[in-house]
Amino acid sequence: MSIMDHNGGSVIAMAGKDCVAIASDLRLGAGAQTIAMNFEKVFPVTDRLYMGLPGLATDVITLREKFRYLTNMFHIKESRPLQPSTFAHLLSSTLYERRFGPYFCEPVLAGLELTPSGTYQPYIAGTDLIGCLNFAKDFIVAGTASDKLFGVAEGLWEPDLGPEDLFETISQTLLNSVDRDAYSGWGAIVHVITADKVVTRTLKGRMD
Amino acid sequence: MNSFATKFSPTDADIELRRAQEIAEEEGMSDVMWGSEAGFGNLVNGHAFNIPSVPDPSSFLRLHTDDHADPNCKIKIQHGTTTLAFRFQGGVIVAVDSRATAGSYIASGTVKKVIEINPYLLGTMAGGAADCQYWETYLGIQCRLHELRNKERISVAAASKYLSNLVYGYKGMGLSMGTMICGWDKTGPAVFYVDSDGTRLKGDLFSVGSGSTFAYGVLDQGYRWDLTDAEAQELGRRSIYAAGHRDAFSGNTCNLYHVKEDGWKFIGNYDITKMHYDGPGEVAGAPGGGYGYDVRTQGRFSALAPTVPA
Repeated sequence: MSIMDHNGGSVIAMAGKDCVAIASDLRLGAGAQTIAMNFEKVFPVTDRLYMGLPGLATDVITLREKFRYLTNMFHIKESRPLQPSTFAHLLSSTLYERRFGPYFCEPVLAGLELTPSGTYQPYIAGTDLIGCLNFAKDFIVAGTASDKLFGVAEGLWEPDLGPEDLFETISQTLLNSVDRDAYSGWGAIVHVITADKVVTRTLKGRMD
Repeated sequence: MNSFATKFSPTDADIELRRAQEIAEEEGMSDVMWGSEAGFGNLVNGHAFNIPSVPDPSSFLRLHTDDHADPNCKIKIQHGTTTLAFRFQGGVIVAVDSRATAGSYIASGTVKKVIEINPYLLGTMAGGAADCQYWETYLGIQCRLHELRNKERISVAAASKYLSNLVYGYKGMGLSMGTMICGWDKTGPAVFYVDSDGTRLKGDLFSVGSGSTFAYGVLDQGYRWDLTDAEAQELGRRSIYAAGHRDAFSGNTCNLYHVKEDGWKFIGNYDITKMHYDGPGEVAGAPGGGYGYDVRTQGRFSALAPTVPA
């Protein structure tokens, strides 16, 4: 078994019309044994940018704290909002710094990017564990259920979904994918990001 | 002349069959082709399985089938499971989960892991699904033959010993089974653990599979010889729930059987997530309410202290 599968867990991000959604399961395991069912893997970076970190739990926490520090330093030094595309490159270069001894995480980003005209545009991205950026227009998946998530998302996602429809789509995709993965599940949490607010909902999932 | 007479006699199933068999014998067909041995013809007629034609077949097979020795081996065998069986005053309780995994993929959630050998004998399935299914069905054939020869039902001890001696003959060739042979005979309720290493153990209480440690935790805590039927069934259900909840490779549903003096009875199929949130439903012995959700949300969990009414 790969070190990436040791703690289990999965994350998915989806783009909609003027909104994005990001969701994770809640399992923390040690191999086959389920230790906790309240381990969130999605963290806020700014008011309009969230980052999902599936992978080895120790690195999930290390990277969360590292990026909290880096975003705080950015705000102090630059005194301007941190845009998702800026953060994506900070993420990529930070991970590549550990090219020969990587963090065992595959981050997923979901946020709204401020355009020069003053509107917000959906932005989702993912990287591999050494920082290769992957921009997608539709959805990004990562974690132990990533192959199942790809299949279900490919079937359910459609363009220009509003916040409520996007919530339904991402929730059904995540819940049904983790039900086919032994290492993910035990509940889920979903964040839907729009220009004026973020709606967070905890889902009841299968507990086996 | 005889064949001429039968040809024009009234159609009768017996005659039809005899005629068909005569034709078969003339053309040199074996009984196996009639399906009369239900796929077991190779064993009934004294043949054996095809074995790799190499100098040391068992080390060759171990190289390709045993993923303990080599995780990259070609033939994968299903390992994740929780099964349990225990003996008590009112008979034997047999409870199993229903999940089948291939690596981390959950291939099925509706597997029947209890094999109904005959109306008085049950076998459980852990390890190789095909190995358990085939050999325990074969055991059923031998148990019936014992009954016909001796005009008496086979004891659980004898049936389990037959199986353990049989699998010992294939030791090292990649058979994978961890099973409990359960039933009721002259001596009363009986449970035997038999595995593909050749181990055969008599006991009151066993659990087998990746989730067995979780099941044992609940089982040991609640087990007594003088359990009532309802209490014993609830203990079996609750133990499989615990394993399904904590073990990644067990889950989906629980199948529950109860063996008594007049043979086994299927008690029910219970969804493990439903047991977590709402409990097993209106069944004897259940305390009412979910096994897992309420205890974590109604105060007995540190993050959510109980709300005390003013």
